Order: sequence, then structure tokens, then C-alpha cells
Amino acid sequence: MRELSLHILDILENAIEAGATRITLTIEEDSAADRLTIVVRDNGRGMPREMVARVLDPFFTTRQTRHVGLGLPLLAAAAERAGGRLEIESEPGVGTTVTATFQLRHWDRAPLGDLPRTLLAVFLARPPVDLAYVHRVDGREFHCTTAELREALGDVPLTHPRVRAWLQEYLEEGIAGLERPFP
Amino acid sequence: MPKLKSIDDLRKLREEAQQSLKVRVETGTRIIVGMGTCGIAAGARDVMHAILEELDKRHIEAHVETVGCIGMCVHEPLVDIEQAGRPRITYGNIKPDMVPRLIEEHLINGRVVDEWVVGRLSAR
Repeated sequence: MRELSLHILDILENAIEAGATRITLTIEEDSAADRLTIVVRDNGRGMPREMVARVLDPFFTTRQTRHVGLGLPLLAAAAERAGGRLEIESEPGVGTTVTATFQLRHWDRAPLGDLPRTLLAVFLARPPVDLAYVHRVDGREFHCTTAELREALGDVPLTHPRVRAWLQEYLEEGIAGLERPFP
Repeated sequence: MPKLKSIDDLRKLREEAQQSLKVRVETGTRIIVGMGTCGIAAGARDVMHAILEELDKRHIEAHVETVGCIGMCVHEPLVDIEQAGRPRITYGNIKPDMVPRLIEEHLINGRVVDEWVVGRLSAR
């Protein structure tokens, strides 16, 4: 995948498939430590230890539709290529936390890419999910939660065209305000 | 410097949006975009946004959803269109620039774009 935001979308979709109703996406860019950390934490059904041990095997999947599961192995490869790693913690009935770390300035680190479109894909396509997005860059922070958006909107859905256009600009402005030094 | 957006702006937008909600007509149309790993890698996110933009442009009310992998990875991005009383049509290898024709033919003219179809399910 050409952008890390596509991997993020994939992991968020995994969380939704796992029945999560609350997901937190935290992105932390630390120039001094030369580290990018992406954490997706969900309250989905979780996995037993033996399943966690196998999810990085591309020929393991819980799906019945086909016999490969490439999402997590691809993210692990992207992290390892950029001097980082992927860690997965999970507990049945509690949820799963996926943590990917990257060397921020690594030549082979993919750009974060179009985060607003990734977030909107989740905001719009699955209204029942509560997504909290927290993004920190060298101490600056932008955060946005679907709970606060829904509270402000009342009975107007997030899918309303005017709301969607507003959200896209809100996310773009918020991320631009972080003054990210690297793509 | 222009004023940055805040959640308070959204509260103001709510009233305007509520007015337009009253005149929007529910068409009973569902558009389902495959958003598994294979779909995402093939460009499903941009296809979904192209669909949303085209629906807005043409003032069409439809429910856009995502679904995981259904096993036809080679045909991703997949887009299903389901309308009450009609077969559910699965279109394959859809790119953003194909979306305007797809919406015009299928939703406005009521004609299936046969050359892009990879599956059909009878009406429920």
C-alpha cells in the first residue's frame, strides 16, 4: 500500500469487523526521538493468545471467503522496512490493540498520506462506531471524536453532504495545524 | 488569516442541515463498497469518495456502506448497487473516473452497465 493511511483504514476496518463499538486511533510523531507510532485500540471481540501468535502469518485468516489474511502482515512489513515493528495485544471479550512503530526519517517509511479521507471513510460508512482520533506532533495535538461531532449535530447524520464537506475541511485544517515536518 | 473551524461551527450548520433533511427523499438505494485489505489496496477509498461526490453533485439520496472482503479480490474495487425490487448488481474493477457513468446509467437512467458487471443477486 502506498500510504500508511491506507494501512490505518485497513486496521480500523478490522476493528469494525471484530464488532468494536469504540475505537481509538492515536498517531504520535516525535522528531527528537525520530519515531512515528500508530496505535489502534478497539473494544471488539478480541483474540485468544494462540490466534494472536498467528495473525502475522499471511496464510492465516478468520474469514471464510478466502484463505489469506494480508492486512496485518503488510503493516508489519511496512513497519519493519522502516526500522520499526508491529505489536498486537488482545484479550477475548476485551479488545485488541495494534501498535506500529516506524523510524520517522527512514528512507523507506511510506508517507502518512490522506488521513482525512481515511477517517471520513470510517466516520461515514459505519455511523454506529465511536471513533476517537488523536494526533500529536512534537507536543502539538489535534483530536476529533465522533461522539462530540454527533453531540453537536443532534439528529443530523454525519453522512449529510454539507456535514461531510465541513468534516473534510475540519480534518484538513486540524492536521495542517500540526505543522508536520515530514510527509 | 482565515478563522479555523470549530465544533461550534458544526452546531450552527446543524440548523441549516436540518432544513434540508426535510426535503431530502429516501430512495431506498444502497451502494456497498468492498473495503477489505484487497479493496483498499486496489483503491476502494478513493472510489467511495468519488461515489459520495457524484451523489452530492446530482442530489441523489443513497446509503453508502462498506463491507469486508467477499473473496473476489481480483475484481476489487467492487461496488454493489442494491435497489428495492431489483437485482443486486456487483460491479468490478471500478476506478474513480468510472463513477460518474456508473451513477448516471444505473441510478438515473435505470440501466445496468453490463460490461462492468461481475455478479448479480436476485431481488429479495
